[in-house]
Amino acid sequence: MSDLLSQEFLTALISGGLVAAMPLLFASLGELVSEQAGVLNVGLEGYMLFGAFLAFVIAYNTGSEWLGLAAGIVAGAVGALLMVVFSVRMRLDQIVIGIAIILLAEGATSLLFDASYAESRPSLGTPSELAIPLLNEIPILGESVFSQHPIVYVGIALAFVVGWILKRTSAGLSIRAAGERPEALDAAGVSVTATRTWATLCAGGLAGLGGGYLAIVGAGSFTPFITQGAGFIAIVIAMLSRGVAPWTIVGAVLFGMSLSIATALQLIGVEIQTDYVQMLPFIAVIVVLVLFARRSYLPSALALPYVRGEK
Amino acid sequence: VKARAARLGEATLTAAVPIVLALVVNGILLAALGRDPFTFYADMFNRGLIQWEGFQESIIRSAPLLLIAAGLIVAFRANLWNLGGDGQFLLGAAFTAGFAPSLLESLGVWPMLLATMAIAALAGGAWTLIPALLRGRYGVNEIITTLMMSFIGIGVANVLVKGPFKTDVGGVARTDVVPFDERFPLLFDTRIHLGFVIGVVALLAVHVLMTRTSLGLRLRILGASPRAALHAGLRPVRLTVIAFALSGALIGLSGSVEILGVQGSFRADFNPAYGLLVIPLVFLARLNAIGSLVLVIVFSVIQIGGESAAREAEITSDVLFVLVGLMLLFMALTEYWRARRGRRMRFVPPELAERLRPGEGDGGGVGGEPRPAIRAGEVGSR
Repeated sequence: MSDLLSQEFLTALISGGLVAAMPLLFASLGELVSEQAGVLNVGLEGYMLFGAFLAFVIAYNTGSEWLGLAAGIVAGAVGALLMVVFSVRMRLDQIVIGIAIILLAEGATSLLFDASYAESRPSLGTPSELAIPLLNEIPILGESVFSQHPIVYVGIALAFVVGWILKRTSAGLSIRAAGERPEALDAAGVSVTATRTWATLCAGGLAGLGGGYLAIVGAGSFTPFITQGAGFIAIVIAMLSRGVAPWTIVGAVLFGMSLSIATALQLIGVEIQTDYVQMLPFIAVIVVLVLFARRSYLPSALALPYVRGEK
Repeated sequence: VKARAARLGEATLTAAVPIVLALVVNGILLAALGRDPFTFYADMFNRGLIQWEGFQESIIRSAPLLLIAAGLIVAFRANLWNLGGDGQFLLGAAFTAGFAPSLLESLGVWPMLLATMAIAALAGGAWTLIPALLRGRYGVNEIITTLMMSFIGIGVANVLVKGPFKTDVGGVARTDVVPFDERFPLLFDTRIHLGFVIGVVALLAVHVLMTRTSLGLRLRILGASPRAALHAGLRPVRLTVIAFALSGALIGLSGSVEILGVQGSFRADFNPAYGLLVIPLVFLARLNAIGSLVLVIVFSVIQIGGESAAREAEITSDVLFVLVGLMLLFMALTEYWRARRGRRMRFVPPELAERLRPGEGDGGGVGGEPRPAIRAGEVGSR
């Protein structure tokens, strides 16, 4: 048991956990915003795949991580554009369109990857790190938390910024109104469709960024189906955060750690089968849902198309 | 009779339109990748439909898909989203492959076939219990929970196959192989196995169950409005569990059919991911059993032919995911166009589409809190 508290193990657990948490954090943050606006993105997984693929292609061809991550945002937003056109504008069923987006993303990215990179299977270089001076001297936390890719700090800051926007700005009020009482927002002269459109694009961009991080920093390359259900976990994290953005950090890090625990255990000589590890985050979700079944809360107009004048 | 024929014609047409449009757009994509779409589709229909060998292959492929369709129809008709098909399928397959060799030795062929199918159905059904109870009692959205259970099921199946069910023979982790002669019997002089008959019978049985029996009526009432179901003296939680269990059992059975009919053993990391692919088909058939039967066979032809055409064109067969995704999009679009022209014919029942709506009688939706799930005592007080 003493091994479990060793510096090596804790460093690996926390640092690996943060790396695994980032895609979940970005995606769930985006999903939280769009859920607040009344759009459920079942296709989150698809946005992440689009983001991961384009981010990988751009980073590989330009050699720039930052351009890659930016491309991830664009690709995710383009994926979300499908949702905007079909569900927000044309008011088609959000779940059906979401499943369609997942299937399209899985097929398209696998097809394109196979067509251009299947033989070479290239990988990217080691991702950059930003060690924060002084703080990185702290034992365990220094090496794990304060020596990460710069985008990690951006992500954590972003959770608070999004939280502030949602709670304290008029834009945030519009977003929440679009999810709770779209008719009231409409009566106040703000377009429900426009609000939901921006919120959905925001979800797509952030999920794409998460996918890009997954490919560039997390895996260092792209493989078909690389997200492995991360999009669904992100939806659950968003659900359990109940509209309070900073809670997504807690959720994402907890799930991230359950993903990274196997690597950390290997360091201290404990081998467990990868199948157990891959199940772990999903078991965690089920346990959390069983324990806090009554706690998740979603806006009352979620997934409902808004038609003016219709109850 | 004439009106009926017209309705049937119209239904066929509206189901065919999205499929054709998806094939066209997918063809454009293929052309963009530098492949000739006409060659691709010619290959596809040739290998999947025209050639006798290929057509048999398509029918064989349709066997598990028919059972999955039957399972989905039960859940969807009761207004429940069962998206955990992959996990239920793989658990059914793993248990069948795990128990078949030893049961074959102790019981003989037929008892083994029946026993493994029963075990697979039980496993698939049991796997829906948690989502069903969470949904029925607390209104936790089953879309998320069934998906989560699906991922866990995939993991459990692999743990079983790499652990207790693992064969002593070296190489890739897999179960012992059931000899070819001791699997499902073949029909007449073909290579098509008994599983196809089981699939067709299951689909028809579900049709009869949902339209002609009291249980089916109760499930449909639950689907239409859980509050109404409560007022009618039905027990929504119990009905939810029953519908989910039936759905999971049929899908678990499909895993059994795949092993006993085709694979013979379960290799580690086997996952054909049929679950999500069948969903568009049952919607296109508007949850009708006969329509689903036709569409599943059409899809099997596309799949078998497509896999072979993809090999020929040197692209990954994942292109079929794109095709199914497009089918779903165009299905939604067709519905939209028809609605604009004032014709009411929906692929996805409105209740199911608005499944996420919190309140509105069934109290659940995604958010459990604002309106906790209904229990018998509460109704009178409102």
